[in-house]
Amino acid sequence: MTDAAANTPRKKSSIYATDANTKKRNAREARFRAFGLTAIGIGIAALVFLVVSIVGNGYNAFRQTYITIPVELAEQRLDPAGNRDPAEMARVTTFGYAPLLAQALQQHLQAEGIPMDGVNPRDLMAMISQEAPAQVRAMVLANPEIVGQTITLEMLAGGRIDGYFKNRVTLESAERDSNVSPAQLMLAEAMAAAGIIDTRFNWRFITGPDASGQRPEAAGLGVAILGSLYMMLVVLVLALPIGVAASIYLEEFAPQNRFTDIIEVNISNLAAVPSIVFGILGLAIFINFAGLPQSAPIVGGLVLTLMTLPTIIIATRAALRAVPPSIRDAALGLGASKMQAVFHHVLPLAMPGILTGTIIGLAQALGETAPLLLIGMVAFVREFPDAPPEGLFDPTSALPVQVFNWTQRSDPAFVERASGATIVLLVFLVCMNLLAVMLRRRFERRW
Amino acid sequence: MPLIWIIAIVLALGAIGYVLGRQRAMASAGGDIRVLHSLPSYYGTNVSLFSIVPALLVLVIWLMVQPQIIQRQVVEMIPDTVATTSGELSLVMSDVRRVANGLDQAVDQGVLTANEAGTISTDETNIRETLGGIGVALGRDVSADVLQAAQRYRELSGNGNLAMAGVVIVLSLLGFGYAYARTQRDFRARNTVEKAIMSILILASTIAILTTVGIVLSMVLETMDFFELYDWREFFFGTEWIPSFEGGSDLGLLPLLWGTLYITIVALIVAVPVGLFSAIYLAEYAGPKLRSIAKPLIEVLAGIPTIVYGLFALITVGPMLRDYFAEPLGLGTSSSSVATAGIVMGIMLIPFVSSLSDDIINAVPQSLRDGSYGLGATQSETIKQVILPAALPGIVGAILLAASRAIGETMIVVMGAGAAARLSLNPFEAMTTVTVKIVGQLTGDTDFSSPEALVAFALGLTLFALTLCLNVLALYIVRKYREQYE
Repeated sequence: MTDAAANTPRKKSSIYATDANTKKRNAREARFRAFGLTAIGIGIAALVFLVVSIVGNGYNAFRQTYITIPVELAEQRLDPAGNRDPAEMARVTTFGYAPLLAQALQQHLQAEGIPMDGVNPRDLMAMISQEAPAQVRAMVLANPEIVGQTITLEMLAGGRIDGYFKNRVTLESAERDSNVSPAQLMLAEAMAAAGIIDTRFNWRFITGPDASGQRPEAAGLGVAILGSLYMMLVVLVLALPIGVAASIYLEEFAPQNRFTDIIEVNISNLAAVPSIVFGILGLAIFINFAGLPQSAPIVGGLVLTLMTLPTIIIATRAALRAVPPSIRDAALGLGASKMQAVFHHVLPLAMPGILTGTIIGLAQALGETAPLLLIGMVAFVREFPDAPPEGLFDPTSALPVQVFNWTQRSDPAFVERASGATIVLLVFLVCMNLLAVMLRRRFERRW
Repeated sequence: MPLIWIIAIVLALGAIGYVLGRQRAMASAGGDIRVLHSLPSYYGTNVSLFSIVPALLVLVIWLMVQPQIIQRQVVEMIPDTVATTSGELSLVMSDVRRVANGLDQAVDQGVLTANEAGTISTDETNIRETLGGIGVALGRDVSADVLQAAQRYRELSGNGNLAMAGVVIVLSLLGFGYAYARTQRDFRARNTVEKAIMSILILASTIAILTTVGIVLSMVLETMDFFELYDWREFFFGTEWIPSFEGGSDLGLLPLLWGTLYITIVALIVAVPVGLFSAIYLAEYAGPKLRSIAKPLIEVLAGIPTIVYGLFALITVGPMLRDYFAEPLGLGTSSSSVATAGIVMGIMLIPFVSSLSDDIINAVPQSLRDGSYGLGATQSETIKQVILPAALPGIVGAILLAASRAIGETMIVVMGAGAAARLSLNPFEAMTTVTVKIVGQLTGDTDFSSPEALVAFALGLTLFALTLCLNVLALYIVRKYREQYE
């Protein structure tokens, strides 16, 4: 002990009682732990909040309000010539069909004894979706024989009426809304009580095409899901073989030299390049230079392939590295060539890992939006694409882009649609990730 | 001949080649497999590869080159009076292509006979109506010059396609014949096939380089065009962003860069403490049970697509911040703001920071911890004074990677940050970023010769350079750190 230390009087302390300093240190320790727990709590709370907010906004998109009434398809309106020739009947536009529906609804309400207080015939028509006349017209043109009969039709209710049954529109908000009046909502309530209006599961949202900005009630995801599917197909067909080939070369054959170094650096950099830059690449090379069509799944697929390649290459290399050298040595020892050892033994053993990586890469590609905006996927597309391979060149939409598209529209009903589409997207992603986890669990081998 | 048929023929030749090659090898060995140099399937594969690969290679190159050559020839035919600028020229050329394709379609559908399509003239028929009838919409009436060019275009591409089909199929047959002739029992088929497979593998791995080259080239060329139309000093140092499509726009980078950096900073303020503390807790305190639940849950945040975060910002976080913070404090009335985008982006970045830091903290050797505990330090003192300093370079690298993500992020800012370019400090005001403006300038119908569209490429290049620098720096720091303990 030094003199200085010996001269200062030592504080008396006991190991039974904690002194101030220890208390302070323990308090600090407790605080630090609390911070850590809070941080984890914040992370999980953010996740829960996000999911709850999306699901809460979106689950209503899967339910839809329908009006079911008997409609007389009057012959003098729909087929003035009376010869049931679809070509001639096609001259009657949707404007010719709309009055029929309005009339039918009015008559049915009278027959049921529901008073139309403060709702004039025009407002009554506004309660039916603008999509309904088009729907009836398509039905009549497909089957001209039904003209002249009275058939029971179920039609989409207008967006605001639909919103009323989903609590999006209330009597108070209707007073401020120029598109709907409280009287209409009261009438809708009465119609629901009489069983004319009901709300049920909305298949059309998943299978139907998009609709214009005035008819959110008719908008569906069919084209977008198909477009996304086509793109995933392109990505799978291109990225998996190219990624696996590149990884095999880099992991098994590549000599240590300048060239392979450059490739390695390139791959790790590409994995971190912002996705929008890939969109610029797609626009400049695939569309402006190679002249491929805009909004086509083939272009989207190519761009997403380039984006997913690094992910697949990194996963595949890890899977190849995990196969122990003894397997290669055994194959070589039995007289296989290096190529045979890799393709006959190493690759099959690495396959579960490669597939897991590929599925995760595909899931990433499925949710990617920004590059698709640049290659023109935002266009409004109503027609379903043809079957591949021609369909790959038809304009389509994609799931995430459809979400973005709907958020840009003014009608608040599209918020519900966008959230619903997000739920569909998330369900797809969860399924893909579960599949990847299952593959890993089922086939994972510890050496 | 449609492309698909050419490919089908080549593939069929390959399949036949496999069977015949294999048979010939077996025949040359007199049916005794032991006399052959390689396994019989290698002889088949060899013939098959020789008939498919060169033919398809030529096909791909031809498909890329032919449109360029035809384009050049047809452009010469268009008189200078019709198209003076390059923008007008590209419009006229797209008309030419559409008319040419439309005529071909008309012939396919039987609206016109092949002869009629060849001799059609603008005086006698209204081509726009004729083509409109089969679903080919034209923006304007077809002039005689355009029609003439379109006919030339049809003629050239018709000839080109015919020549392509001929060359490809002949090449395929030649490859077939050559490989078939060489097939006999002493031929080293396996070595040849393996060499071919090897070159395919090498080719596949060069795609990474090609992509990078493609990215850089596509942006550099257009950016050079942009700087010919617009002064580079005004772009890099301009403080105003007012694009106008009549010309005379102000395209200054600074407000966009400020918006980008501001949002990134807000995002890091959210993500770094939360991510770092959760990483510390998970690595040092949490038991295996909590770890097995909390870690995957936090990592789920990284798997959620950015469009979902964007929607979250747009419909939930934005209105909430506006109603509870911005409006009561009198700071603004906009639901899209720096704070909205920054906070949501911060949530997105939590798992990046936490899982990278988690790995790094776990890589710190246990002996350091034991030494610290042995000296009487509490757990938190050990973390603060021993582990964090040791892990610091790695954590800095993780934060830099997160920052580079934030700078390049697009959908959250497109939906959450707004579109107004301004230099302001108020976090509740709408601002815009580089990525938002790239999307804004390039979506919809754009004329690729105006500075307003080309500026997007300059912005893209700036973004690319910025993120590349951050990534390289981060990797450098992380690598340097790793060497210390391995």
